[in-house]
Amino acid sequence: RSGGDGADIYKGKICSLKARALLIDMEEGVVNEILQGPLRDVFDSKQLITDVSGSGNNWAVGHKLYGYQYRESIVEKLRKTAEHCDCLQCFFIIHSMGGGTGSGLGTFVLNLLEDEFPEVYRFVTSVYPSGEDDVVTSPYNSVLAMKELNEHADCVLPIENESLFDIVNKIHQMVNSGKLGSTVKQNSLVTSSAGSAKTVQEKPFDAMNNIVANLLLNLTSSARFEGSLNMDLNEISMNLVPFPRLHYLVSSLTPLYTLADVNVPSRRLDQMFSDAFSRGHQLIQADPKHSLYLACALLVRGNVQVSDLRRNIERLKPSLHFVSWNQEGWKTGLCSVPPVGHSHSLLALANNTCVKPTFIEIKDKFMKLYKKKAHLHHYLHIDGMEQSCFSEAISSLSDLIEEYNELDATKGGPRIDPSRLKIAV
Amino acid sequence: MSIVTVQLGQCGNQIGHEVFNAICGDIRGTHGLCSKKENESYRDACKERFFSEEESEVPVARAVLVDMEPKVISQTLSVAARSGYWKYDDRSHFCQKQGSGNNWANGYSVHGPRHKEVIMNLVQKEAEKCDRLSGFFTIMSMAGGTGSGLGAFVTQCLRDAFPTSFILNHVIWPYGTGEVIVQNYNSVLTLSHLYQSSDALLVHENDVIHKICAQLMNIKQISFRDVNQVIAHQLGSVFQPTYTAESGLHYSRNPLGDLMESLVPHPEFKMLGLRNIPQMPENSLAYSTFSWPGLIKHLRQMLIANAKMEEGIDWQVRPPRLGSSIPSSHSTNKPLHFNTSIANLVILRGKDMHSVDLGSFRDPSLYTSWLKPQDAFNAWKTPRAFNKYEKSVSLVSNSQFLLKPLDSVAGKAWNMFASKAYIHQYTKFGIEEEDFLDSFTALEQVISSYAIL
Repeated sequence: RSGGDGADIYKGKICSLKARALLIDMEEGVVNEILQGPLRDVFDSKQLITDVSGSGNNWAVGHKLYGYQYRESIVEKLRKTAEHCDCLQCFFIIHSMGGGTGSGLGTFVLNLLEDEFPEVYRFVTSVYPSGEDDVVTSPYNSVLAMKELNEHADCVLPIENESLFDIVNKIHQMVNSGKLGSTVKQNSLVTSSAGSAKTVQEKPFDAMNNIVANLLLNLTSSARFEGSLNMDLNEISMNLVPFPRLHYLVSSLTPLYTLADVNVPSRRLDQMFSDAFSRGHQLIQADPKHSLYLACALLVRGNVQVSDLRRNIERLKPSLHFVSWNQEGWKTGLCSVPPVGHSHSLLALANNTCVKPTFIEIKDKFMKLYKKKAHLHHYLHIDGMEQSCFSEAISSLSDLIEEYNELDATKGGPRIDPSRLKIAV
Repeated sequence: MSIVTVQLGQCGNQIGHEVFNAICGDIRGTHGLCSKKENESYRDACKERFFSEEESEVPVARAVLVDMEPKVISQTLSVAARSGYWKYDDRSHFCQKQGSGNNWANGYSVHGPRHKEVIMNLVQKEAEKCDRLSGFFTIMSMAGGTGSGLGAFVTQCLRDAFPTSFILNHVIWPYGTGEVIVQNYNSVLTLSHLYQSSDALLVHENDVIHKICAQLMNIKQISFRDVNQVIAHQLGSVFQPTYTAESGLHYSRNPLGDLMESLVPHPEFKMLGLRNIPQMPENSLAYSTFSWPGLIKHLRQMLIANAKMEEGIDWQVRPPRLGSSIPSSHSTNKPLHFNTSIANLVILRGKDMHSVDLGSFRDPSLYTSWLKPQDAFNAWKTPRAFNKYEKSVSLVSNSQFLLKPLDSVAGKAWNMFASKAYIHQYTKFGIEEEDFLDSFTALEQVISSYAIL
């Protein structure tokens, strides 16, 4: 079985499992590679939607053109997958923001999911363009996609390639420095063995993607395995989203590892908690410690007990800034089963104003292009695209940034508790 | 008379399991330190109360297990059966797959009505197995979605379906620094709703039990299992058979009724706290001796000074001088931190309990003036030792014990409500701002009533 819904989790056979997944791409190269690779039996070859020419890094092509063209096919295949579920709890949408298909068609699918399955949670894992990204139109694509995420996603986990790259480098350093740890048979389903052999200079996408895979594994661990304090996916949305639009969650993982590099030494337990709050472990370029927390969730796996959790929360709390109406805003979960090859691990999810710089950067890049009307004609000549799509999108993003600004303004200010109800004696 | 236990949500099921374990372990042991006849009486009374003897080799717990996701119940059932000493009825459980998402509204307004019939059918079946039903004991946490929301709904259903039975809700107060971010909302909603249908709320605070595990039990890496076992021990110390003043030569047959009668004279005051001493690691028991006067002295001071456990008791706190003519409801001569009681119940387990002098608990200065001192205080006893403690004593108290925690939860919830944070998550399932306001009002009323004692 794989993540993506809340279906029954009684022990099942490990053979003949089919992923509850739909693979969508407007080019065939990547999907074909998957279907010929070690995971070919896991994916149902009928659960694909592909085309040949790609989206040309154009959100409008992805969203308006292919969206319209493939709508029926997508709905039909979604329904088929949903029918196989005893109890469908949530969708995971995994895409990038900077291109055309993932960004455009991806957000089209997001809309579709809300229309067709309104009660099912929509978790989106979005890869945001990095600083030196080479797609010229990525700012347009990202901002257009952001509007959709603002309005139709329940939770978004932003990821930045730069952070993943830094983390992978860190792992390489640790592994190559010769520190020994527990070893496990290489049984990686997710990485190809080529991933870990690449030199650091090339972009090791497989290893980087592996980290995102681990994020999703940890996120769903409590739904898949037993523990003394279970944390399900709908609880994450409930506890970490205080206002509907503020649903962007910064994630961090410790210990750092990829499935292929499992001989990384286990760190002392408390160090693991400290690491989760450090800059270098976040999956976007952000520093939550120096910004404002609206809410924070800690999902621990392995031989960690409630006293370890409490001790570390007490220890770390003083150095973190929480919003005045949620001073003790912690959501915690304990899952007994650790990840393969480790004795324990921690996933931290933060609703924190430190996402703001990422959004401001996209906005600035967008404005640079938009002011000069650069490349706009590629978008506007697509049926259904108008200037207003752009102005609405940038307006949506600006409003979001403003909401974060307002929250930041309250940081460090005096705390005035609202007066309580008075009861006549 | 029998008690049917309803275990709600992860917490309720995990604790419920430990409670039956503790009770079963207690009657199985040979450490009753009393006559064989006494032991047999005790065992029979306990079995009638908590277990049914069907055609199975082991006693079957009188319980209904409810959860909105399957993992915990599945584990609970199998671990109990594996013990070989007792088990749950295989059919006496209900679960769904998607959980309540820590959302009280989801538990109360969606799962509740949707599954009412199935759940109440299970309860009815268990009730019918009892020759005589004393009432219901529900176990739930306030912080999550199922125990709290569905639990509040089920309690209402129990009240409607069994108007003459007693309902005691065992409520777990979450850690102050958070297990669930919306725990204060869930708590306010739960408490205000339970107050309408329940006879009494017996509270355990995670923070307190955690301290007991750390400081008295010397546990280094405290797990929820450790916490739950202490809770189970304390509950067992209240619900295992005893002799009451009225029951005479037989073990009392109506534990819930007796409890309510002793402790809840007025429907505005339903919050019960529990203290149990001594509490120590099992391997220290052999080296310790206890005296009844010592235990009683400590317990009384714990009551007066609102101490949560037997360490760090403030001996400076003294009851106010009687004889001043200031009416008790506006009394200003009470020293700070003095814990005023409405009613108290002391339970003594162990030999020579006949000789124990409980006069200090009958001191009128401990109580409000509504009840005559002889009515405000009750004692239950048995010479049969409980759970390997040669002597142990418990205090169930309707007093200001829970005033501070109540006030704290209401304050935090109100603070969050003022900013409207998370409210959309509740309105999505039918709990509106007005419902919140009603709950806040109800809770502030309870707080105010306890504060002016």
